[in-house]
Amino acid sequence: MSAPVYNFAYLDEQTKRMIRRAILKAIAIPGYQVPFASREMPMPYGWGTGGVQVTAAILGPDEVLKVIDQGSDDTTNAVSIRKFFAKTAGVRTTTRTAEATVIQTRHRIPETPLGAHQVLVYQVPIPEPLRFLEPRETETRQMHALADYGVMHVKLYEDIARHGHIATTYAYPVKVNGRYVTDPSPTPKFDNPKMNDSPALQLFGAGREKRIYAIPPYTAVVSLDFEDHPFERYRHDGSCALCGSAESFLDEVVTDDHGGRMFVCSDTDYCEGRRGAAQEGAQEGAP
Amino acid sequence: MYVAVKGGARAIENAHALLADVRRGDRSVAEISLEQISQQLALAVDRVMAEGSLYDRELAALAIKQARGDLIEAIFLLRAFRTTCPRLGASAPFDTARMDVRRRISAIFKDLPGGQVLGPTFDYTHRLLDQGLAGEADVAAPPIAAHDGTPMRPVADLLAADGLIERSAASPADAAVGDLTREPLSFPAERDVRLQNLARGDEGFLLALGYSTQRGFGRTHPFAGEIRFGEVEVEFFAEEVGFAVPLGTVAVTECQMVNQFKGSAAEAPRFTRGYGLAFGQSERKAMSMALVDRALRARELGEEVGAPAQDQEFVLSHSDNVQATGFVEHLKLPHYVDFQAELGLVRRMREEFALRDGAGALRDAAE
Repeated sequence: MSAPVYNFAYLDEQTKRMIRRAILKAIAIPGYQVPFASREMPMPYGWGTGGVQVTAAILGPDEVLKVIDQGSDDTTNAVSIRKFFAKTAGVRTTTRTAEATVIQTRHRIPETPLGAHQVLVYQVPIPEPLRFLEPRETETRQMHALADYGVMHVKLYEDIARHGHIATTYAYPVKVNGRYVTDPSPTPKFDNPKMNDSPALQLFGAGREKRIYAIPPYTAVVSLDFEDHPFERYRHDGSCALCGSAESFLDEVVTDDHGGRMFVCSDTDYCEGRRGAAQEGAQEGAP
Repeated sequence: MYVAVKGGARAIENAHALLADVRRGDRSVAEISLEQISQQLALAVDRVMAEGSLYDRELAALAIKQARGDLIEAIFLLRAFRTTCPRLGASAPFDTARMDVRRRISAIFKDLPGGQVLGPTFDYTHRLLDQGLAGEADVAAPPIAAHDGTPMRPVADLLAADGLIERSAASPADAAVGDLTREPLSFPAERDVRLQNLARGDEGFLLALGYSTQRGFGRTHPFAGEIRFGEVEVEFFAEEVGFAVPLGTVAVTECQMVNQFKGSAAEAPRFTRGYGLAFGQSERKAMSMALVDRALRARELGEEVGAPAQDQEFVLSHSDNVQATGFVEHLKLPHYVDFQAELGLVRRMREEFALRDGAGALRDAAE
């Protein structure tokens, strides 16, 4: 039996080159989904294989990697992916948003604003924003080619007619660089404004669906809406029970069987940073 | 006060330690060996090799052991290893007519050159639980007859000699073979890629689709022209030496399905084909694959396309059980951020509803 030997960051160099070519094309055509020969990874499809492949292709030995899932560094899948790269690439990992050069994420954009030296890699389950309106790839590719997005506006309109609101609360569609309607991955729509004009490069990897797309730095990203129903950011009206932030996206935690709830920051690094700063402030203030 | 749980890394390590423990089970029971799996669970190994698309009995047996007998998990393990293997090139097309046949049956001729050879099969066994197998049973050596040397020409070739069945489209010798593990699938997909997809596809999925064509969702009037199982030599054309060198043999099951005819004003009617091929003895898989292959040729043969089995995008996008299980099971991952966003909207809509409802109740009271 041959003992497997793996390359730096797991993927072989041929594969990385193929992925990098797809990434370059994606950056050149913001928001356009580039097909790529996605590989079978040692974790299941749907568990971040697209993001992992993108990260593997862009990772260098000097990179500092942060991995979050639901905004947290400590969720099981984030732990698993961080361990994977610590093992296969030996890169330095961090939980501090500001320290990271590559951040792989599932379902959130960090609260701390990103800088030009950073790359945000999104894990994407269904890259096609039109998929649930039109299940056929042959059709949706043509709709993108013709910028034929009427069906999406009809969907949003029907939401308003039926529910009084646009009923999309996550994976809220955006238009990138005035051209392609793009899926932001299942981030809450609270995060959508952070995608606009971001100094950081944003890369999206969908492994099972074999697509890569990108939002280059300082690119216009507009959430779809109507003049009389403008896009609204949603966050629970309250502040974090741990750090007191009234700005961050909050997770709801069920605390007992009698309807008890508490709300805490979904972004754990942001929350810890604020608590640390508050403590230092208190110590400095003490006589 | 409740503080959001930390310690995911520890939890994962502990869960995996527990998994290793239950995989081994009661230590007083002898541990199963790879040889035992390979020999006595041979058809499970065959399936894992076929859908894992890697011909290696030992690794497949290891995968089955590691996966605790979960074959889709074993297929996944094999695939994840396969994807790291360097690709030297494609073998020369192998010739199943020259198969070292262990089983060959045809449902369309009572007898034919080389005869019907049942070989090792469950067919015609009575499905009665054999209590004798509960312990260790002595199994007598099977009867053996000498092979009379008659070549077993493929049944489809016999039909083709009379022009009664379409010829398989021959591609030029130097034509590149599509490989969906190297190029993303795009539609419409050519038959080489479709067949590769089906060969890797989930047996249960193909079985259900093939069955659906028999029940009328895209009927193809199939006959099992021939099913053969045995060993075939694989050759690789080596540039350096300028000729094909043998790499070894693989056991495969091949199914040639003979389907209803096609003809036109310009062309005499003849039978059409569906083709199935799988590693090992995998008859259910090869037959299902042949049914679905034929159904997917509907457009090419000018038939109406409407049934699920005839729909390329539907079939090829959903056949892969490693992809399917990953995405279905990913629902286990935390989704509380998305759920929180949905929860917020539902609460808001419920508040609005209550306001409207309350206003309505007041109006009713006033009237």
